[in-house]
Amino acid sequence: MLKLVTKNVGIENSHTLSVARSHGAYSRLEAAFAMTPEALTAEVIKSNLRGLGGAGFPAGRKWSFLPKDSPKPRYLVVNGDEGEPGTCKDKIIMIHDPHLLIEGIIITCWAIQSHKAFIYIRGEYDLPVEHVEQAIVEAKAAGILGETVMGHDFALDIVVHRGAGAYICGEETALLESLEGKRGWPRLKPPFPAVEGYMRCPTVVNNVETLSYVPYVVEMGAQPFADLGSERNGGLRMYSISGRVNRPGVYELPMGTPLREMIYDHAQGVTGGRALKAVIPGGSSAPILTPDEIDVPMDFDSLAKRGTMLGSAGVIVFDETVSMVEALKVIIRFYAHESCGQCTPCREGTAWLEKIVERILDLGGRPGDVDNMLRISRNIMGNTICPFGDGAALPVVSCVTKFRPEFEAWVRRGQPVTTLPVREAHIGEPVAAV
Amino acid sequence: MIEHTSIRESSPTIDYGMVDHPGPVSWSDAARRDMAAIFARYPDKRSATLPILWLAVREFGWISPQVEKIAAEILGRPLNEIHIVVTFYTMYPRRPMGQHHIQICRNVSCWLAGAADLSRYLQQRLGIGPGETTADGKFSFSEVECLCYCECAPAMRLDNRYVGNLTKTSIDQLIGEK
Ligand SMILES: Cc1cc2nc3c(=O)[nH]c(=O)nc-3n(C[C@H](O)[C@H](O)[C@H](O)COP(=O)(O)O)c2cc1C
Ligand code: FES
Repeated sequence: MLKLVTKNVGIENSHTLSVARSHGAYSRLEAAFAMTPEALTAEVIKSNLRGLGGAGFPAGRKWSFLPKDSPKPRYLVVNGDEGEPGTCKDKIIMIHDPHLLIEGIIITCWAIQSHKAFIYIRGEYDLPVEHVEQAIVEAKAAGILGETVMGHDFALDIVVHRGAGAYICGEETALLESLEGKRGWPRLKPPFPAVEGYMRCPTVVNNVETLSYVPYVVEMGAQPFADLGSERNGGLRMYSISGRVNRPGVYELPMGTPLREMIYDHAQGVTGGRALKAVIPGGSSAPILTPDEIDVPMDFDSLAKRGTMLGSAGVIVFDETVSMVEALKVIIRFYAHESCGQCTPCREGTAWLEKIVERILDLGGRPGDVDNMLRISRNIMGNTICPFGDGAALPVVSCVTKFRPEFEAWVRRGQPVTTLPVREAHIGEPVAAV
Repeated sequence: MIEHTSIRESSPTIDYGMVDHPGPVSWSDAARRDMAAIFARYPDKRSATLPILWLAVREFGWISPQVEKIAAEILGRPLNEIHIVVTFYTMYPRRPMGQHHIQICRNVSCWLAGAADLSRYLQQRLGIGPGETTADGKFSFSEVECLCYCECAPAMRLDNRYVGNLTKTSIDQLIGEK
């Protein structure tokens, strides 16, 4: 099975410069510098590389939105704030192949003509911060970063910025606010970061994984890279598979790999041979799928057509013994906890959703409660500054709609389903452990 | 009518009580040197706020009203702006912490792998609830949201490292070692 960004995982000291170099790090820089920034951007557009942080926006097209005539400095901001429940991939690159990420940053900065990049890493990620910082120090000492990049007349400085615990700072404009030293309150768009981003300067925000594929686009060429994936979804990506499967882990697979294959082949099926009950395909903000909906290619467009999303590709599997009411409570509690509080529908709505689902589980559910949950969710959707609100409401709507009898049973205090305990033992991690 | 509780009050992991340092606080020489290096990384002073607060945590153990004040001075920002930042994020402690901090994940993948049970077990063993510190000052305990270590659920962050595939036995061992 072809691997790209996870190729070096498992190689001893893969995060150090000498080992990384012997496995290809920085070998794509010459080819990139030989291209004009415009040609490089066109190549990335052609590769169908999508934004892998969640929204799936075509990477090269985002770069092309930077204003051509602005006198202000341009910034690249790398999103390493990984926080979407069920997603555990960016840290693997930062821990095991930080030089690949740096190479991707250098190539991207050349394409967008930026001389300063920030890597925003979530505060809990001590080891990723340590490895990325070490890698930057080593790269500087080797003349790969600094006043010139490997002898090219191009200056580049990379700074690691550590977050301090706030899921919302993964949202790009909240991230920029946080980088500017403020609380992470998302900004109203437009203006988009490409026009007014960090310090009101033109800024490209890209995810760690997105940028780590850029060297491979250069190495392979746009078309071969695009051909690895599905239509308009180029290359491979990292799928985090967790929950009730026999072999949870992070799997690097072609874009468009069917969800069924992921669960039953790669993750070796549902725990204990139990029946599948539901799957979240793209992190907890993605609407949930039922077993009859898993014959779907895991790419951005196919999932959007089915009313859900690929998002961060965090696949969470629920077996037949899981209570969806209890599961939804855990999910909603997260959104109520993480709502930044800026928009009333989201702040109040998520708090009420949590309260109602808790009340239902305490056997205090009231007759209109299930419809109330749907109504509150619909009042959040589309009424907030950032997509967090939709991300909180969509799983509620899909879960309540698809598993309504279970919710009704709890409210009627009939024979509610409660979650049975888990598997006894875990099998290891296919890609890597921290 | 149902009485209204705000999110903040209902949240078990956020505690707005701030504890002050008993004596006056001031930056060490080492901290002042690190500060200069931090400021040099950013085009403006304000962007250095989060790293300066991290430095303050290293220096003083937690962010107290006094620490907020000297951070505001260094950053040239009004005190209320600093307070807003400190209280927005979950990782800046606002009271003295135990020697070791156990943060167990309570989000969905860990929950599916039995995290609620492990959390109860830990709380019993330590005799404290989320947000509390043991009487001997050895352990602080929190329940946190997804650590993004879901592939090794159930997971926790113990001080500054991740531990996954937790069982009661491995928890006993980890705590015993401390
Ligand atoms: C609530 C919320 C949380 C997000 N969290 C992350 C995150 O942790 N990491 C990430 O890369 N993108 C996250 N995003 C997506 C970013 O806003 C942005 O689209 C992305 O960083 C752009 O990079 P990409 O185009 O390379 O994906 C989040 C978005 C929302 C609305
Ligand atoms: S759900 Fe616990 S680490 Fe993700």
